[in-house]
Amino acid sequence: MPAAGYVMVVAVVLIVLALVYYLVSTILALRQIASGLDQVIESVGEIVEKSAPVAEVVTTINAQLDAGVDMLEALLVQKAGLADAMGLVDGLYPGAATAGLRNFPESGTLTPPRIGEVYTKGTLTLARLGREAPIAAASPSGPAVRDAAAASSSARKLYPDGREYGAQALPRSPVIGTDAPVQYEQRDDIGRPRKRRPSRA
Amino acid sequence: MILWWIGDIVLLVVLLPVVVYLLRGVLSAAQSIVPTVQRIAGVAAEGSKDLDATALLLTTQDQVARTVAGVADYGGSLNVILDDA
Repeated sequence: MPAAGYVMVVAVVLIVLALVYYLVSTILALRQIASGLDQVIESVGEIVEKSAPVAEVVTTINAQLDAGVDMLEALLVQKAGLADAMGLVDGLYPGAATAGLRNFPESGTLTPPRIGEVYTKGTLTLARLGREAPIAAASPSGPAVRDAAAASSSARKLYPDGREYGAQALPRSPVIGTDAPVQYEQRDDIGRPRKRRPSRA
Repeated sequence: MILWWIGDIVLLVVLLPVVVYLLRGVLSAAQSIVPTVQRIAGVAAEGSKDLDATALLLTTQDQVARTVAGVADYGGSLNVILDDA
């Protein structure tokens, strides 16, 4: 065999060695990929399994909350009237009246009375503390934080130093009512008999 | 004989580098996928672990039902106590 033949054999052997090395390396990498994808599939299967009942449970929760919202809206409108109800809503959550109540589409077009300007948010918060807060009731795990029987002394505990320094210079609380010197809401129906719904009979 | 040498030169200078270049490309691409797949597997496992809390939704559902029932009772009492507008 001539020398050129030996060189060709060496060249072919080199090519085959390169093929073997790189193809085996590629096979090992692909096996790692397959193993990783098996783990991914297993985890994704768990995700699918765990998230399957979520839609049904959330739908049920939403339905229950919808029923609660419907009931509270209806009660608020029934007891306060639609306009005052929107005023209360807007006083507690400024701007919320524009969204209106869900079951009363006309509530979004009403101009809510400015209840929040007379009964400020702090006043409403204090009212809630006095009437609704659970601290007013006897705590099942200990004494009540607020003495429901002596609410005025409890309120004084909030300001142990007495009246605020310079309080004399502060503006007085606004006088409210139909005979107040400043009417915060100029309405035509103030002083007139209250509107009543027509009798159903 | 000259053609044989030319063939040898082509094998060593052209074919072998081209084969090595292509195979290195395939290998590097395959190896670059491995860490990505491992990261995806880690994220999927973490996501699956995060969804362990979905079982608590049943408790939430129960609590919401009780709360709405309590609110309904409270509203019923208010409906009796307060006059209509």
